[in-house]
Amino acid sequence: MNYLNLFIVAIRSLFKNKVRTFLTMLGIIIGVASVIAMLAIGQGSRDSIERQIQEMGSNVIMIFPGASYRGGVASAAGTAVSLEMDDVNAIRDECPSVKYISPVARASAQVIAGANNWNTQIYGIYPEYFDIRSLKVENGELFNDADARRGTKVCLLGKTVVDNLFGEDVDPVGMKIRIRNVPFRVIGVVQPKGQSGMGSDQDDVIYAPFNTVQRRLRGATTKIQQIYISAISEEYSSKAQEEIDQLLRQRKHVAQNDDPPYRIRTQQEILRMLTSTSQTMIVLLASIAGISLIVGGIGIMNIMLVSVTERTREIGLRMAVGARGRDILRQFLLEAVLLSLLGGLMGIALGIFSSRMFVSLLNWPVTVTSYSVFLAFLFSTIVGVFFGWYPARKAARLIPMDALRYE
Amino acid sequence: MEKKKIISVHGITKVFDMGAVKVHALRGVDLDIYEGEFTAIMGPSGSGKSTFMNILGCLDLPTSGDYFLDGVDVRTLTRDQLAHLRNRKIGFVFQTFNLLARTSALENVELPLFYNREIRKKERLERAMESLKMVGLERWADHLPNQLSGGQQQRVAIARALVNNPVIMLADEPTGNLDTRTSFEVMEIFQNLNNRGITIGLVTHEADISKFAYRNVIFRDGRIHQEIAVKNRKIATDELAKLPAEDDFIEEQEVL
Ligand SMILES: Nc1ncnc2c1ncn2[C@@H]1O[C@H](COP(=O)(O)OP(=O)(O)O)[C@@H](O)[C@H]1O
Ligand SMILES: [Mg+2]
Repeated sequence: MNYLNLFIVAIRSLFKNKVRTFLTMLGIIIGVASVIAMLAIGQGSRDSIERQIQEMGSNVIMIFPGASYRGGVASAAGTAVSLEMDDVNAIRDECPSVKYISPVARASAQVIAGANNWNTQIYGIYPEYFDIRSLKVENGELFNDADARRGTKVCLLGKTVVDNLFGEDVDPVGMKIRIRNVPFRVIGVVQPKGQSGMGSDQDDVIYAPFNTVQRRLRGATTKIQQIYISAISEEYSSKAQEEIDQLLRQRKHVAQNDDPPYRIRTQQEILRMLTSTSQTMIVLLASIAGISLIVGGIGIMNIMLVSVTERTREIGLRMAVGARGRDILRQFLLEAVLLSLLGGLMGIALGIFSSRMFVSLLNWPVTVTSYSVFLAFLFSTIVGVFFGWYPARKAARLIPMDALRYE
Repeated sequence: MEKKKIISVHGITKVFDMGAVKVHALRGVDLDIYEGEFTAIMGPSGSGKSTFMNILGCLDLPTSGDYFLDGVDVRTLTRDQLAHLRNRKIGFVFQTFNLLARTSALENVELPLFYNREIRKKERLERAMESLKMVGLERWADHLPNQLSGGQQQRVAIARALVNNPVIMLADEPTGNLDTRTSFEVMEIFQNLNNRGITIGLVTHEADISKFAYRNVIFRDGRIHQEIAVKNRKIATDELAKLPAEDDFIEEQEVL
């Protein structure tokens, strides 16, 4: 049989047995698609964490008031102790490894500009916060330390807030907005940062002087919610953490062995936590992917083996009318290859498609990697080809009569 | 004029080794079949007719004995050479038709030519169509086996056996699954082919079918028990004419 005929015969045979062809391909399609999707989700979460490292800068340290939780119970020591501006100043003055420091006051509020209104987060900060988070002013300018201390009613807007309050392509600098009915003057727009690794919009935010937010939006408190710090470099971040801890223990009169009434978290610790969660997820997803590949493989195998009876007689007949062993093998090998390739390609398409669906419907971070595509494709092709070809080889080695008699 | 020997077998035996028991299906068979002959092999069930026929068709190998087909010593051939022989010199018709399912009558007939590298598509189609014409099924070329009656399926199988211009057509109980009228129609085809000079060997256990041949070879217990020349050879066309008319009606129903 020449190759063209062989190809035609193989294609015809696949078309003639549509149900068998479809079922076999289904195994391959599902196997390949789920591996691609699973690994894409796993890879996506890993990537998103990596992106967060870059976003945050790995030398960022955060201090939260309140005891750390151990086994679900807050340790008793000094829950009443709070962080004050004095503590911030002390850290700035006395911890040599600290480069920038800014307290942060956060409030969620309704913002009105003309006829538009928008609900967003207001961050009360000192200018150094922009250095810590590597934020840049795109248009206009940042307020200074004196504004932050005095509580000037000025603010900088994130891109999303600008879009929603003023519309796109409008320069809001110099305009007035009302945050919880307090009038603010817009003095700048912050360069967009886009989605965070966690999927939240980092541009849906307003930055205002620290004390303005504390006084106007947080009920005139002096207690600090959170302090952002950056160490002079990444290597100094644990040293800075140590210095801060010693200083605060001294200031808050906490013994060395007691749990302090505040938590100091370096970016690295947070990342480690995130990475270990995502590692667990990746292992889980990879196991699901592995299982679906195996299930897919078994499906292919089953269908291929089930059709052996019919196919063995077909092989017997083909040999009876003059097919040589190698004609049979070529035909069946080609059929199996076509089937696996077709199923594999459809599986890849479905896998990529469903990964996209995860992105657009659930907003999950998903990354389709070429090695997962390759892996899934290779595996299903090997399984398909082997179980399509192996029974054929067995039958092709029989005497025609034995193949014809096969039950 | 000396006729050519198409088949010549000597001392053919076949033992099926079933582990615990050895079944001696053939115990030494000698037979010559000459060009243009129409031989019917008869005998009770289990006497080795099918085993013998399969060996003649090179579908199975004898345990011992000599077999010359059209002058070729079959025992010396490799598997590929046997395949070639089946492809070029033998047309085999099975009791159970053995058509490829979900494959049109025409494609079924084409099948042997697919394995003949010398034949191109155009010739393959022409010859398949011609074969179908010889069995009167040219109008059914596009039909699938499950859209054909038993008799028609067997005629497709005969067309397939014919398509490679074999030196001999072998048939193992080709009418075994068919009713009387259809059997006679199939025998009519065999007789027509034989009249065109094609050598035919067929197995049957029905005495009236064997009367369509010139020669009857009777098997018993794996040996040839008797060889007889058929007296009062029947002509299938005449026998069909004698059948009662209502059979026509039934046949049409079946086809529909
Ligand atoms: N593949 C086989 N394996 C074992 N025994 C077989 C096989 N084929 C045929 N036989 C045995 O060989 C004998 C002859 O069988 P067969 O040639 O089919 O007889 P017939 O066609 O005359 O009815 C029987 O006893 C049968 O059981
Ligand atoms: Mg038999």
